[in-house]
Amino acid sequence: MAQTSNNALLDKKTLKKIDHWVSKFPPERKRSALIQALMAAQEQNGGWLSNELMDAVAEYLEIPNAWAYEVASFYSMFDTEPVGRHKISVCDNISCMLCGADKIVAHVERKLGIKKGQTTADGRITLIAEEECLAGCIGAPMMIVDGHYHEKLTTEKVDQIIDGLE
Amino acid sequence: MSASAKDVAADMVTIEIDGQEVLAPKGSMIIEAADKIGVSIPRFCYHRKLSIAANCRMCLVDVEKAPKPLPACATPVMDGMKVFTDSRRSKDAQRGVMEFLLINHPLDCPICDQGGECELQDVALQYGRSVSRFTERKRVVADENVGSLVATEMTRCIHCTRCVRFLDEVAGTNELGGMGRGERTQIGTWIGRSIDSEVSGNIIDLCPVGALTNKPFRFQARAWELRARSGIGSHDALGSNLFWHTRRNRILRIVPRDNDDINEAWLSDRDRYSHTGLEADDRATSPLLRDGDEWVATDWDSALQKAAEIMQTAGSDLATLVSPRTSCEEMVQLGAIVDGLGSTNIDHRLRQTDFADDAEQPIVPTFGASLDAVEQADVIVLVGSHLRHEMPLVATRVRKAARGGASVVIINPVDYTFHFPVADKTIASPRGMLKALTAKSSAAAKALKGAERAVVIAGEMIQTSPIGSALRAAVRQLASSNGASLCQIPVGANAVGAHALGMLPQRKAGGDAREAGKTALQMLSKAQKGWLLYNFEPSVDSAVGQSAVDTLKQGPVVYIGAYASDEVRSFADVILPIAEWGEADMSQLNCLGHLQSIAAAVSPQGEARAGWKVLRRLGDQLGLSTTAVDNVQALTLQAAELIERASSVDAPEAPAAKKPSGDAPALERVCEVPIYAGDVMLRRSPALQQTSHATDGYCGLSPKDAAAAKVADGDVIQVSVGQHSTQLAVVIDEQLPQGAVRVPTATAGTSCLPNSDEGVEIQKVAQ
Repeated sequence: MAQTSNNALLDKKTLKKIDHWVSKFPPERKRSALIQALMAAQEQNGGWLSNELMDAVAEYLEIPNAWAYEVASFYSMFDTEPVGRHKISVCDNISCMLCGADKIVAHVERKLGIKKGQTTADGRITLIAEEECLAGCIGAPMMIVDGHYHEKLTTEKVDQIIDGLE
Repeated sequence: MSASAKDVAADMVTIEIDGQEVLAPKGSMIIEAADKIGVSIPRFCYHRKLSIAANCRMCLVDVEKAPKPLPACATPVMDGMKVFTDSRRSKDAQRGVMEFLLINHPLDCPICDQGGECELQDVALQYGRSVSRFTERKRVVADENVGSLVATEMTRCIHCTRCVRFLDEVAGTNELGGMGRGERTQIGTWIGRSIDSEVSGNIIDLCPVGALTNKPFRFQARAWELRARSGIGSHDALGSNLFWHTRRNRILRIVPRDNDDINEAWLSDRDRYSHTGLEADDRATSPLLRDGDEWVATDWDSALQKAAEIMQTAGSDLATLVSPRTSCEEMVQLGAIVDGLGSTNIDHRLRQTDFADDAEQPIVPTFGASLDAVEQADVIVLVGSHLRHEMPLVATRVRKAARGGASVVIINPVDYTFHFPVADKTIASPRGMLKALTAKSSAAAKALKGAERAVVIAGEMIQTSPIGSALRAAVRQLASSNGASLCQIPVGANAVGAHALGMLPQRKAGGDAREAGKTALQMLSKAQKGWLLYNFEPSVDSAVGQSAVDTLKQGPVVYIGAYASDEVRSFADVILPIAEWGEADMSQLNCLGHLQSIAAAVSPQGEARAGWKVLRRLGDQLGLSTTAVDNVQALTLQAAELIERASSVDAPEAPAAKKPSGDAPALERVCEVPIYAGDVMLRRSPALQQTSHATDGYCGLSPKDAAAAKVADGDVIQVSVGQHSTQLAVVIDEQLPQGAVRVPTATAGTSCLPNSDEGVEIQKVAQ
C-alpha cells in the first residue's frame, strides 16, 4: 500500500544537524547517529518528540521505527509527551542524595505546585520525572535547567534560578 | 585421553562438561556443546536460531579458573575448558537469577495459558525458593492488542527479548521493541499497532513465559490435556512440519515441528491458524442429494449411487477438476477412476490461464535447489512473486541469504515490501516484465553471469499469468543459460504431487505423455456432460471466477469436498463429504521433492470419510477394480512408485522464447491471491480473516493511471474484464508501475472478474 512520507516534518536546520552526525559514522551505520538525530528533532519541536517525529527520524536514517521509540523511551533527556518551555532535572543519584537532593526536589515541587514528571499549568516549567547521575558529583546537589548545569544548590539558589525563567 | 591434538580437526576444540568430554567447533558457545551431549542448562533468552543476547543470565555456569560464573550462551569454548553445570557455584548463581526474575513475575499460573508448558515454571520448580523474600509490590504492565493471532499479558514478561529478536532477525518487521528503561522496561509496539508479520505466531513459541500466547487457543485447554500428533502444513507446497495438538477429537492448536531442511523451527501464520476453519458452519457432515432446489441429507449408498450414475453417463467426457491441496492417495484413486472411465479431462491447475506450453513443462516441478542452497546462494533472482505471501518460510531463507551478503534482484509487477535488502529491481506490468526478462543486458542476467551459486525463484504469477507460457520460457531460459537453479513456486500445497500423479490432461500418472484431454480452462469455459469436482470453490479457486458457476449449473455435478457452501449447493447434484487435512492419513509431495506421509490427528466430522475411502467406494459403484485397495498404505506406496517413475522420465526440452499471442491491453491485471484467501480452509478461518491481510477486494492503480482516469483514493469505480464487471474501491498504490492494475482474485468482491488477457478497463461511476 502507499506509504506516506514523514520527512517533511523535519526542518532544514534539523536535517543539517542529522547529516552532520550521520557523516561521522560509516554509511551502513546510520543507526549510530540516532541519539543526536532525535536530539535535533526534539529541539525543533519545543523539547519533546511526537511519534510522527520519531517515525520521520527513523525513516530519514533508514532504520525501523521501533528503534527510534526504544532509544527515545530509554533516555531521560528525551520526552515523548509535551513539556513546558523550560525543563528542570534534579539529580537524585547517590552523591546528590547524600548532599540533600531530596530537600531540593521537595522545595521545587512545593514552589511550582507540581510533582516530578508534571508541567506547571501555565506551561512554563516541566520537572523531569527521573534523572540519573549527571557526572556533577563534585558540585552536589545539582540540577540541569534547559541543558545548563547548576551546582552546590541551596533553596535560595534554586529560587533565584527558577524565578529567572520567563 | 582420546582427543589427542592430531585426531581433532583444526577448527574443533575439546572441552569437558560435568566430566564428559565433548568436541565443539571453535567459536561456538558452551551451551551449544552442552545441548549436544544432553546436559541441560536452564535458559530463557538463548535460542539456537536467534542471535545471542545474554540478558537473562539464567545459564550462568561454573568454569574452571574463571573468577565468577559465566553465561553459557555467550562464553565461547576454549580447548581444555572445564565446565561444571551442577556445582555449588553454578546452582547458587542460577538460584539467585531465578529469585530476581520472580520478583516481578505474577503468581497467576492457574489462569495462565502457558501453565504446564512454561519454561519459567519448570525452572522455578527446580531452582526457586518456596517462599519469596520480596514483599514489595509487583509491577503491572498494560497489555496491547496486537491483533487476532497473538494474545498479550505483558505483566508476565521477563524481558528475554526473544520476540524482539525474532521479529528483527527472522521476520524482518521490527514490530516489537524494548521500550523504557530499567524496571520500567516494557516489550511492546509503543504505538499500539497490530503485529502484521506473516510469521508472527512464532513469537508465541519463543516466549518462555505466558506473556505472548495463542489467541484463538486462549483458555481452551491445558498443555497436559493435549495430544501432539505429527502433521504437515497444507497451505503452501513447503509442507512445513508441525504438531497438531488435539483433545477430544478436535485440533485445538498447531505448533511447529523442527525440520532444518524445511521449516527450521518456524511456522507461517497460515499453517498455524488455518485449523480454526475446520469447524465452519458449512462443513459437509453427511452425504447430500439435490431434490429440486432443496438439499436432503442421505445415506452413503444412495449418494454414491447417484454420483456413479452421473459419472457413468458422462463416461469418457467426464470433466474432473481437482484441488491442488488434495493428498497423493486421493490423487492416485482419482487417477484410477478417471482412467477407468476412459477420460483424460482432468486438471488441478485451476488458476492457470495459458496452457500453450503443456508438452514442454517439467514433469515433476520440484525446486532446483534445497533451501540450504537458497540460503547459501550469492545471487537470487526473484521473478513475479510476492514471496512473503506465497511461501513465507522460503522468504525467510532469502532474507537469511541477503543478510549474509547475497544480492537479490527482483523483477515484479508490484514493488512489494520485502524484508530483505534488494540489490536491483525492475517493476513493470507483466508484459514489461517479459521484456526485462528477455533483455540481453538486464540487471538479472548481469547479476547471474558473475554468480557462483545462483538461484532463480519464479512466483505463482509465472504459472497463472495469461502470458504464462512466454514468461515461463523466458524464466527457464534465464536460469539455464546462466547455470542458475530454478525454483518454481507451485500453485497449491500438493501441486508437485499432482503433476507426478497424472492430475493433468497431457500426462498419465507416472509422467508418461498421453493424448491431451481438456485443460481446466477449456473445461470451465463450456458446459460439459458431467463433472467431478474435488474440494474447491470454482468462483474463487479458478481463473474464470464466477462464470464457472453458471457453466457448472448446465451439467450434472458430483462434488466431493469438505465444505458444502451455498455456492457449491447452487450447482452440485450430489455432495460427498470428505476429511480435511488432519482428519485422514495422507501424503504430500512438497516443493523440495520430499514425500511426507502423516497419520490422522482427529477423525472426520460427522459422516465425512477420508477421501481415498470415498473414492474407493465410488470405484466399486463404477465397477472398477483399480481403486479396490483396503488400506491407505497401499495407496501411499503406489503414489511413491508413481512419483519415482515420473522423476525418471526424461524432462522435455526447455521451450524456445515465445511472444504473447494477444495484443497488449492498455491496463494489465496483476491477479494475486491474497495470503489468507487461497483455499477453502483458509477462507473459513476466523482468526486469519480478522487480520489486516484479509480483503474483500479492491482496485489498485498507479498514481499516474489514477490521474489519467481522474479517480481518487477511495472512489468506487466500475472495473471490467471482457464482459464481466463489478464495482470496486480504488486504492492509489505507489508500488504499482504505470499500466498495471492490482485486482486480487479469490475475494468476494472480485470473484466475478476472470484472470484473462483481455486487460482491465476502468470507468468512473456517476455519483
